[in-house]
Amino acid sequence: MMRRMTRLVDHQTIWPWLLLLPLAVYLLVFFAVPLIEVLKMSVTEPKPGLGNYQKVFTGALYGKVFLNTFGTATLVTVCCLIVGYPLAYLMSNTTPRRAMMILLLITMSFWTSFLVRTYAWMVLLGNNGPIIWLIEMIGIADPPGLLFTRFSSTLAMVHILAPYMIMNIYSVMKKIDPVLIRSAESMGARGGSLFRHIYLPLTAPGIANGAVLVFVICLGFYVTPVLLGSPREQMVAGLIGNQIEQFLAFGLGSAMAVVLLVITLIVLGIYHSRFGLDKLWG
Amino acid sequence: MSSYLQLSGINKTYGNFTALENVDLEVEKGEFVTFLGPSGSGKTTTLMLIAGFATPTRGTIDIEGASLAGLDPQDRNIGIVFQNYALFPHKTAAENVYFPLQMRDVKRLEGMRRADEMLDLVGLAGFSHRYPKELSGGQQQRVALARALVFEPDLLLLDEPLGALDKNLREQMQIEIKRIQKKLGVTTIFVTHDQTEAMSMSDRICVFSNGKIEQLGKPLDIYHRPKTKFVADFIGESNLIPARITDAANCKAQSNVLGDVTYGTQSGTELRDGQEVSLVIRPEHLKLSSKRLADRMSAGIEIETIVNYGDNALVIGTSESQQIRVRVPGADVVILNEGDKCFISWTQDDVFVVTD
Ligand SMILES: Nc1ncnc2c1ncn2[C@@H]1O[C@H](COP(=O)(O)OP(=O)(O)O)[C@@H](O)[C@H]1O
Ligand SMILES: [Mg+2]
Repeated sequence: MMRRMTRLVDHQTIWPWLLLLPLAVYLLVFFAVPLIEVLKMSVTEPKPGLGNYQKVFTGALYGKVFLNTFGTATLVTVCCLIVGYPLAYLMSNTTPRRAMMILLLITMSFWTSFLVRTYAWMVLLGNNGPIIWLIEMIGIADPPGLLFTRFSSTLAMVHILAPYMIMNIYSVMKKIDPVLIRSAESMGARGGSLFRHIYLPLTAPGIANGAVLVFVICLGFYVTPVLLGSPREQMVAGLIGNQIEQFLAFGLGSAMAVVLLVITLIVLGIYHSRFGLDKLWG
Repeated sequence: MSSYLQLSGINKTYGNFTALENVDLEVEKGEFVTFLGPSGSGKTTTLMLIAGFATPTRGTIDIEGASLAGLDPQDRNIGIVFQNYALFPHKTAAENVYFPLQMRDVKRLEGMRRADEMLDLVGLAGFSHRYPKELSGGQQQRVALARALVFEPDLLLLDEPLGALDKNLREQMQIEIKRIQKKLGVTTIFVTHDQTEAMSMSDRICVFSNGKIEQLGKPLDIYHRPKTKFVADFIGESNLIPARITDAANCKAQSNVLGDVTYGTQSGTELRDGQEVSLVIRPEHLKLSSKRLADRMSAGIEIETIVNYGDNALVIGTSESQQIRVRVPGADVVILNEGDKCFISWTQDDVFVVTD
């Protein structure tokens, strides 16, 4: 009897794990194994030792690219916030119908492959594109090129990443009890002071979530900055690509990838200790 | 003589739904008035009109003779306690209480001192630095009360503030709110759907039903002299017995269940001979006896159920297939058995007439 019982229990505890098996195998083959390989290459290619890391930390170019990556990620995050916060506010304070419409527009662009969106920006911002044409129309002769600048890559990345910000803030705004706002109003709060003392702090968790998500994704962005950005202001992922594709410097590229990974984990770690990582995805 | 708060001819419609109809109310300075009524009867709507979160479709609201029309909620100087407390989760208890002062440009040092004093008054000394989620329901309630009072409002509105608390805590908070209200002398409107709460706390009760004020009066007046069937039924336990007026001038009515009845003198409602009405007798005013008593009116019943509560018992009997409820002292119930036939008796003053 006892044996039957324990076997039954075993059966039940094993089942969920069995269901997870395909996912575990997938993660092992396509995530853990390559990651270990990258780690290994960073300390073995071209010769064993920490030489690659030394280069990453002392080479002027690499430091500059890391700094530039941080700068771009920060700029993109701030822009996403500036664009996203009012939009999320609009969505959570309009009629359900209009909110649905805006949501649809956002998700539609969200579901379009970001490669497609990147090319779309190339067409729009190109020297023969409609935006340059418009600028010339209003009388500015010989406008500066928009494509392959910090402006174009930032614009495209904000476009791609803003939905993450909007969704995070929107979901928090939606959950704010309107009675809290009423109650603040009955105590004399209005306009700016109502926003500063009540609304903004209540939506802060959404801002934190959105910002971390946008920042972390932006740190590792590859295609968009490579295709749209200025060649003089590379981001880390692009540089890693260069090292491997052009110079076949697998070791150095791997070392940079590891440093980027560690930095990303540190950002997430700080977030986790303040808010809890489980909240990041709502 | 004008009163402190005055609502005259208030109507409120949403589309073609009438939420409030012809509400007139006068509240004296320092008075504690309770809005009592079932859910959906218009209590919250009335509070929101007073607070300025909605505007009446018709009618006026004045405080001390000055109209509130066109005044934003921010400028009305009214303290509100909402049902779910509505404490700001990102502020400590003291910061919550300081907030209305902060909005009135009181400096932080002075404001926090006053917040602490107010927390002291509501019995929360030492909890200033706790966040709302670190406080129990009753404690959150006290913070909300302190926050609504700290800026010395002209009026305090409480919308079912005790609804979420368990029974013991409720009773404790009823006494606390009453004590604080008395001490500060603030004019208060308290909303509840619990009649015992209304009875125990109020100077006057305003009974709402379907967007109208059914009756307004002192708790005991409303209890002993309800004007409508609704009020008689909603407040306290009642036996409602159908009857017809036979002689309005001499207070006589006739009922299948009770026979010929003389009812207590009626004030307010005009009655006609032949009018169909309900007779109301409170269960505790009926007496049970084995014989007819010479000095009281009586009728025979058969005991169906006896429910013991220790200090008293509820005896449910039937007469002419109408249920009659009688409250008897706990000591008297031992001689009664289910199935016994006996008599209920009453005096003229125990019976009153209500119309629909
Ligand atoms: N904004 C509104 N729009 C439409 N109907 C409303 C609105 N506010 C309240 N009502 C209706 O008015 C009636 C009275 O509501 P309320 O004052 O909240 O009742 P109570 O507080 O007594 O439970 C209800 O039937 C409710 O549905
Ligand atoms: Mg209500």
